[in-house]
Amino acid sequence: MRRSVAALLPLLPIGGALAGGDVSPARATELEHLLRHDCGSCHGMRLTGGLGPALTGAALEEKSPISLQQTILAGHPGTAMPPWAGILSADDVRWLVEALRAGKFDAP
Amino acid sequence: MHLSIPRLYCSIVVLLLPGAASAAEDLRGTGDLGVVIERAAGQLKVISTSERAALATVPGLGDLSHASVVFSRDGRFAFVFGRDGGLTKVDLLTASIVNRVLQSGNSIGGAISQDGTLIAVSNYEPGGVRVFDSETLKLVADIPADHGGVLSKVVGLVDAPGNRFVFSLFDAGQIWIADFAAAERPQLHKFPAVGKQPYDALLTPDGRYYIAGLFGEDGFALVDLWHLDKGVRRILGDYGRGEEKMPVYKMPHLEGWAIANQAAFVPAIGRHEVLVINTDDWAPRAAIAVHGQPVFVMAQPDGRHVWVNYAFPNNGVVQIIDTETLTIAHTLSPGKAILHMEFTPRGEHVWISARDDDRVLVYDTRTLENIATLAADKPSGIFFTARANRIGL
Repeated sequence: MRRSVAALLPLLPIGGALAGGDVSPARATELEHLLRHDCGSCHGMRLTGGLGPALTGAALEEKSPISLQQTILAGHPGTAMPPWAGILSADDVRWLVEALRAGKFDAP
Repeated sequence: MHLSIPRLYCSIVVLLLPGAASAAEDLRGTGDLGVVIERAAGQLKVISTSERAALATVPGLGDLSHASVVFSRDGRFAFVFGRDGGLTKVDLLTASIVNRVLQSGNSIGGAISQDGTLIAVSNYEPGGVRVFDSETLKLVADIPADHGGVLSKVVGLVDAPGNRFVFSLFDAGQIWIADFAAAERPQLHKFPAVGKQPYDALLTPDGRYYIAGLFGEDGFALVDLWHLDKGVRRILGDYGRGEEKMPVYKMPHLEGWAIANQAAFVPAIGRHEVLVINTDDWAPRAAIAVHGQPVFVMAQPDGRHVWVNYAFPNNGVVQIIDTETLTIAHTLSPGKAILHMEFTPRGEHVWISARDDDRVLVYDTRTLENIATLAADKPSGIFFTARANRIGL
């Protein structure tokens, strides 16, 4: 599936893209599990990278939150990064990107 | 030391006191031992396939995301490859770490040479292969996967007859052979342009054919290790051409190469299919519709059935393919997030890890009954010592 980034843009609420997503505590637990074990297949359980790049706070702080959100939702054609739209909501992705950039999931 | 079984504890005493009268009855072999990786805790369990129980836990193995294991030729030592570049040598009998080196920043797997003297590790960072003495874990050779000044991530590393290691360069689309027949002067043979983004590879059980799966284009790249001059051949190159692939949430693994009934069974990438290829002419024979995107496709040692597990989000199911009719004979739901399967050496049982249930299930392959369940902390890979005696694992 090679869905274009442009096709997904309308999914991102205008002006809301920079704010952290609101997710329930239960959903946050699910998302962290998915991040470590499923995203972790390529990015490492400790997010230090693998087939995909590192997702530590330090690795992401220079990146634009919007482009990170789009990469997660739409994938990155030409690489092994799949689109997660349909599995993750826009709120999920906003929350993940904010938490990742803040280093919330970095190994101690 | 984490020894819960008195018998193992005794065997240590025996090693220290070789003259002890009761020595013989306390000694044990390792042919029915194995390890289960507990990925989140960075530890492994030493298990017995006869007792169907864990004997001990070995902690301190670092980041075990995507950990894999090979065994020394005497079946006593496990070499554990961690994501953090850690290479750890574990003694199964004393359940302790003998040696551990952090050999790179980020690694993906490894292999042991035909003669058992060399351990090779494939690295993502820095991209390449490093080879170590299996006794001392001292560096023997460093092979940067250099293509035009850039280092490529290395995948699909296997051992091959002739003390060779064969591996694929994900970013460079190449296959390299490192020949350690003369270990002090290793020779490199490179195949350029084998196809885009080889993601994993396998060796046929006889050690003759190396086959890399391609992520960036259709098909597989095949090398005949008996005839390197013939170059690389593309197989299944037309399969699925022009069709949209589904998103791939987990790369298939080709290490569990399944050959049964004159056919090879391999996971289709980005499709809910297992592909069947004739092993005589490598022509496609069939595509079997299955429950999800296959990750491991593994033949029972007797070749009667092939077992398949699946990628997220369809990873709660295991299917069993009849190798004569090429149809699904059974579908099991062993638990949440089934990551790996390992057969006992003669195939009467299969051990299955259910990561999100924190347990390992043992099934009888004939009756399909769940005959034992072991607690394990986020179990992933399961590896039995019989691998020590197989080529290409």
